[in-house]
Amino acid sequence: MSLHTLSIAELSAGLARKDYSAVELAQHFLDRISSSNPALNAYITVTAERALADARAADAALAAGTAGRLTGIPVAQKDIFCTDGIRTTCGSRMLDNFISPYDATVVERLSSAGTVLLGKTNMDEFAMGSSNETSWYGPVRNPWDLSKVPGGSSGGSAAVVAARLAPVATGTDTGGSIRQPAALVGISGIKPTYGRVSRYGMIAFASSLDQAGIMAPSAEDCALFLQAIAGFDPRDSTSVDRPVPDYAAELSTPVKGLRIGILKEFFERGLDGVTGALVNAALEQYRALGAELVEVSCPNLPLSVPTYYVVAPAECSSNLSRFDGVRFGHRCENPRDLIDLYKRSRGEGFGAEVKRRIMTGTYVLSAGYYDAYYLKAQKIRSLITADFKAAFEKVDLLIGPTSPTPAFGLGAKVDDPITMYLNDIYTIGANLAGLPAMSIPCGFDGHLPVGVQLIGPHFGESRMLSAAHAYQSVTDFHRRMPAAYV
Amino acid sequence: MNQQSATAGWEVVIGLEIHAQLATRSKIFSGSATAYGAAPNSQANLVDLGYPGVLPVLNREAVRMAVKFGLATGSTVARRSVFARKNYFYPDLPKGYQISQYELPIVATGTLDILLEDGSTKTIGITRAHLEEDAGKSTHEGLGAASGIDLNRAGTPLLEIVSEPDLRSAKEAVAYLKKVHTLVRYLEICDGNMQEGSFRCDANVSVRRFGAEKFGTRCEIKNVNSFRYVEKAINYEVARQIDVIEGGGTIVQETRLYDAAKDETRSMRSKEEANDYRYFPDPDLLPVELGQDFIDAVRATLPELPDEKANRFCADYGLSRYDALVLTASRELADYYEAVVRASGGAPAAKLAANWVMGDFSGALNRDGVDVADARVPADALAGLLARIQDDTISGKIAKEVFEAMWADGASADAVIEAKGLKQITDTGAIEAAIRAVMEANPKQLEEYRSGKDRLFGFFVGQAMKATQGKANPAQLNDLLKRLLAP
Repeated sequence: MSLHTLSIAELSAGLARKDYSAVELAQHFLDRISSSNPALNAYITVTAERALADARAADAALAAGTAGRLTGIPVAQKDIFCTDGIRTTCGSRMLDNFISPYDATVVERLSSAGTVLLGKTNMDEFAMGSSNETSWYGPVRNPWDLSKVPGGSSGGSAAVVAARLAPVATGTDTGGSIRQPAALVGISGIKPTYGRVSRYGMIAFASSLDQAGIMAPSAEDCALFLQAIAGFDPRDSTSVDRPVPDYAAELSTPVKGLRIGILKEFFERGLDGVTGALVNAALEQYRALGAELVEVSCPNLPLSVPTYYVVAPAECSSNLSRFDGVRFGHRCENPRDLIDLYKRSRGEGFGAEVKRRIMTGTYVLSAGYYDAYYLKAQKIRSLITADFKAAFEKVDLLIGPTSPTPAFGLGAKVDDPITMYLNDIYTIGANLAGLPAMSIPCGFDGHLPVGVQLIGPHFGESRMLSAAHAYQSVTDFHRRMPAAYV
Repeated sequence: MNQQSATAGWEVVIGLEIHAQLATRSKIFSGSATAYGAAPNSQANLVDLGYPGVLPVLNREAVRMAVKFGLATGSTVARRSVFARKNYFYPDLPKGYQISQYELPIVATGTLDILLEDGSTKTIGITRAHLEEDAGKSTHEGLGAASGIDLNRAGTPLLEIVSEPDLRSAKEAVAYLKKVHTLVRYLEICDGNMQEGSFRCDANVSVRRFGAEKFGTRCEIKNVNSFRYVEKAINYEVARQIDVIEGGGTIVQETRLYDAAKDETRSMRSKEEANDYRYFPDPDLLPVELGQDFIDAVRATLPELPDEKANRFCADYGLSRYDALVLTASRELADYYEAVVRASGGAPAAKLAANWVMGDFSGALNRDGVDVADARVPADALAGLLARIQDDTISGKIAKEVFEAMWADGASADAVIEAKGLKQITDTGAIEAAIRAVMEANPKQLEEYRSGKDRLFGFFVGQAMKATQGKANPAQLNDLLKRLLAP
């Protein structure tokens, strides 16, 4: 049986026709996880019992005729989303013992949509990393080449979808953490507009940038799942009360007449030869589909990496203060006093990259440095946002590369944080401006996949998804699977 | 120590930071209840506990209350204010930061008038008032070597009201503190309970030589929770600072704690040890944007404010400024007073009612520690007593006895007068008979009086009153005595 090669829509139709039960479907993926996860290390926790219970409930709903479009579809949750009664680690030793007492809104919505929880996926510690090498649970391997990284921070979600250990997974994207790994493993990944999906129950890294999204083989799959998680949540003050369009219904909007902006700053420098060529080929494909290509400029965009590495650490230094060994999470043995409790619990619980960012963030918020770093970064952030706004007066979507290179080797950049940070050079802008963006596969550099990135105006998910869908209707990169997992 | 002589030549400069706990039913960023005295941690949900992934949601009621305060003090209510994080580690601060307001508070630049001892008024500037969440409480009692943390209070809404350094003595500071205390209760935004910590203050105190242009270095006295302690703490601190400077030393900017048992302030931490709070706008909360409609709607809910009410009492009831201020110090007392006046037929009874409300009634409240609402002599009952004074059924002196009886068992004035037979004797014949009996029983005094010893008149008043068990109408008794004693 090759259920893992089917799209969400196909799986949904199969379940409705009773070609197979939700339990059989769940078991199929659980079997694949058993055989393949040890090498990939993509799941931190596999929730087999929960998956089968969910699947039985789904089968009951299917039998009763109360099933929805996603009833019985298995899903993997990034381990940054709190899951009631299930360990939620955020990839950190700090939360190795943390059983969440509640469900994140994203988890709650997917549960009530009838999906089946397969497990919690590996990730960079507290979502800080671009290679999934900062996880306390060890690196995730790229299904296309086990010596390569899958990207990060949603590397586990990327790998489980690429290896079809789940048909779809959730991810979060603070600076590219959905799009960059999606590109590096050859799948589609969408980061919606900031505020489109509730952050409640998603463990915060940088609150003004964090956004939950979907990772799946195709834009159509993403559309179906985004539909289920998007929408206002009164528990998140930054979520936006605005109707959610029917993304799936709008997928067939034609590309003809679409104005696509080629971001000058993305093509100027540092774009690896093959990646550049593949992205350019994607542009030509869009031209062939009837899109109008226009060169546009966001002059402040080259400042996005330094801006991000002030704003994100500043917020994380404060967000991670609650991990103090007092109420939950790691606590050191036999603390001598309060200060010792703090120092050792945090010293032992956090890994090197998290500490680096906490220290950077503490520094940029300190008296005497705040204006020079944090305030200046916020000003540049406003300029970048204004640049994008101006660009979207001329075009409907922007296009560019997702990542400067295909997947790199495990350990190749771990000792060089700056090089690692530059991986996010094309993705960070959308986070700083709160824009929706996605990465879709556009070819291969040798045996490794390459992604192309689309960026839309605020709440422009629908147009972006339909453009991606149009591209995927005439290409098959998103359907290709690493040979070992077919 | 003699404050007057100790501060001679020195000017005292005080600013107060008052923390008023807002009387919302739920917390400022979570749905937990805010009631005082619940079992530890029974009113702390995941948001209050700072669990991973949870987010704050602003309680609109807290915003409405802050705006109310702003409007009542003639302050600028900010159309846009911003919540900021104040970062520091402490076990009773679950998130490792307190959500407060920093650069853009919701209320700025207002004023409040206080009455000075010489009867003049002084305008005190209010720098700002901002919304913030309270921390929890650490407890060290009954837990052996361990410390306990109670997070019931964590997330309780506070309005921090910061004054300009306009106060020039401990007495002025207390007058201002009382004025704010009165105001927040009038506005029904804070219960003002100082014992439970619902209303507390930090005092910034410095001294300088009279005529000096620059302020002296200030010390902050933390968390004083009674009017008396505020006065004592400031007086101690002023004397301490003058001693240090006159002894050739310098004042170090620091935070000090008032120890009521020893009546002294002690250093808590110096400026160097102070935290760098790394304030920055809280990305979990949107800026608070207020429209004119909202502000106007809040304005429409403002009650008559203490100063307005006092002015009206002077004008309508002919009360002295002092009486009007005493009666309007709490909204409940003022309402009670007005109810008594209304039930007594209005303005003609106003002065009598004022004396009784400020005197015996307030005295009984204080003595028994009860609130106006729980008083055993409701306003119409007190009015019933006043009516019997006005129609000469009883004298003012007997009325005090009647009041105590009413207070003790909740009876009406008429019932007490009837049961105890306290009805005033206005029958001239009965009074005359009593006087004649006294005259017969005291021939020596009568002779002395008639031979010119005028001051014995009082003796006969007393004896005659005694003979009538105090029930004789005093004016009638006086007239009759004068006539009958005359030689």
